[in-house]
Amino acid sequence: MSTVHVASGPVAPPRPAADIELRGVSRWYGNVVAVNDVTMSLTAGVTGLLGPNGAGKTTLLHMMAGFLAPSRGEVLVAGAPAWRNPAVYRHLGLVSEREAVHSFLTGWEFVLASARLHRLPQPEAAARRAIDLVEMADTQHRRIATYSKGMRQRTRVAAALVHDPQVLLLDEPFNGMDPRQRMHMMDLLHSMGAAGRTILFSSHILEEVEQLSGTVQVIVAGRLAASGDYRRIRRLMTNRPHVFTVSSSDDRALAVALMAEASVTGVELEAAGLTVRAADYGTFTRALPKIAHASGIRLRRVLPTDESLESVFSYLVAS
Amino acid sequence: MIDSTIARITARGLFGRRRFLLLLPLPLLLIGLALLSDALGASPRAWAQPILGGLGFGAVLPVIALIVGTGVLGSEIDDGTLVHVLAKPLPRSQIILTKLAVAVAVTAVTVGVPMVVAGLIAGSARLGLGLAVGCAVGAFAYSALFLALSLVTRRPVLLGLIYVLLWEGLLGNLLSGTRMLSIQQYVTAVAARVGDTQLLAGRVSVPVSVVMAVVFTVGGTLLAIDRLRSFSVAGETS
Repeated sequence: MSTVHVASGPVAPPRPAADIELRGVSRWYGNVVAVNDVTMSLTAGVTGLLGPNGAGKTTLLHMMAGFLAPSRGEVLVAGAPAWRNPAVYRHLGLVSEREAVHSFLTGWEFVLASARLHRLPQPEAAARRAIDLVEMADTQHRRIATYSKGMRQRTRVAAALVHDPQVLLLDEPFNGMDPRQRMHMMDLLHSMGAAGRTILFSSHILEEVEQLSGTVQVIVAGRLAASGDYRRIRRLMTNRPHVFTVSSSDDRALAVALMAEASVTGVELEAAGLTVRAADYGTFTRALPKIAHASGIRLRRVLPTDESLESVFSYLVAS
Repeated sequence: MIDSTIARITARGLFGRRRFLLLLPLPLLLIGLALLSDALGASPRAWAQPILGGLGFGAVLPVIALIVGTGVLGSEIDDGTLVHVLAKPLPRSQIILTKLAVAVAVTAVTVGVPMVVAGLIAGSARLGLGLAVGCAVGAFAYSALFLALSLVTRRPVLLGLIYVLLWEGLLGNLLSGTRMLSIQQYVTAVAARVGDTQLLAGRVSVPVSVVMAVVFTVGGTLLAIDRLRSFSVAGETS
């Protein structure tokens, strides 16, 4: 397995040090390797941590947040080790995936407690600002036990933002949010990233990452499979070899016509239709209708057979 | 040393849980039995040891200390809310000392008040004072032990019960060596000395009891602080 490195577009001005730096980090549980030799550094802006479920995203985030010791390697936040070092929380906010909150508190009390525990000089003002940021002012005096999942999530984000941290880590932050809340949260993270904060959020949903971040770190089976600009990685993904099932008004004639197409690497004629192997997703999907049209064949069905995220990821790992 | 925000949240979490209601019947039982014995005309010589020593120091104090001591931290570990407290730039010693202070205060008051009342029913203010000091000593040693257990094992209540019922309750009566590591024995010895009474029989000397109670308290606290520094969030890899 090798790592695909994709350079990001315009080069950002160099920062003195990365806000988060991982050097050869591995984490294992007994014989199970959850994270395998990951090296990455994160600087200002929004970065998506993308990978299928079970890839090791949460383990990685927990190590960055100082809640898990790396079995090997180094995890640094603002230049200092994250493990056994509470001082890193001055620079870091964490929104974990588990939605546990002290449900007997109101949203206001919860965020205010967070501000006080950060020893902020004006905890009330900081809590008010954070609650306004996540648009929870109207319901801040209700007990958290009465909140919907999305409201809890936003309250947790407010508590994590209350000290205006340089680094914000979010584990699957959009789970349970409705589209409007999701949009608002994306705007918020965008503007924080634009303001020079380092935001890292994990997701197993491609579209979320696509909408939110230009830079991604793709984790597959504990390894860093790809990192860099999202559009380049997306192109790599769409240009990968692909298998389609195609049925048409004349499968045999279509098979003959397709074999002349450069992007096609193989065709099988079966009872249900054709199984077509294409070297390049984009070129093939553009060429197919033209070929059918030119041959006077009517396409009835075109189905990509391995469209799952896992297969996309495993291609990235294999390439 | 102690953080008022954590103390408030801890106390509200503790009193808000249904488990806390379990604390009420035991102290009431203690006072009820003392009143009943007194009303039936039994001499304190006959009922003080079984009710104050056996029930009070042998069951009510350790069980309440167990419920409270594991409740102040263990329940936050179980439901994951501890992460919110830990993700702050606070010295871990401050978090543990605050949790310990809440546990000690709640335990000492919940057990100390009915014990003092029972001591007064037995007819002696001095005995009441001795029982109160015993409860305070026990509250410190047990709370520190159970707080540390919350961080050492995922089943602190079970291990705590084994310590109280098997180690202190059963083995303490059969094997004299186990008494040296029994908080119940330290509490009884200190209460008997301060209360200046023959009604309670301590089987460990008072100096040893004091030293060992301090060892349990300080040792448990230091262990808890160290384990909290290395607190790991359960490693799901989703």
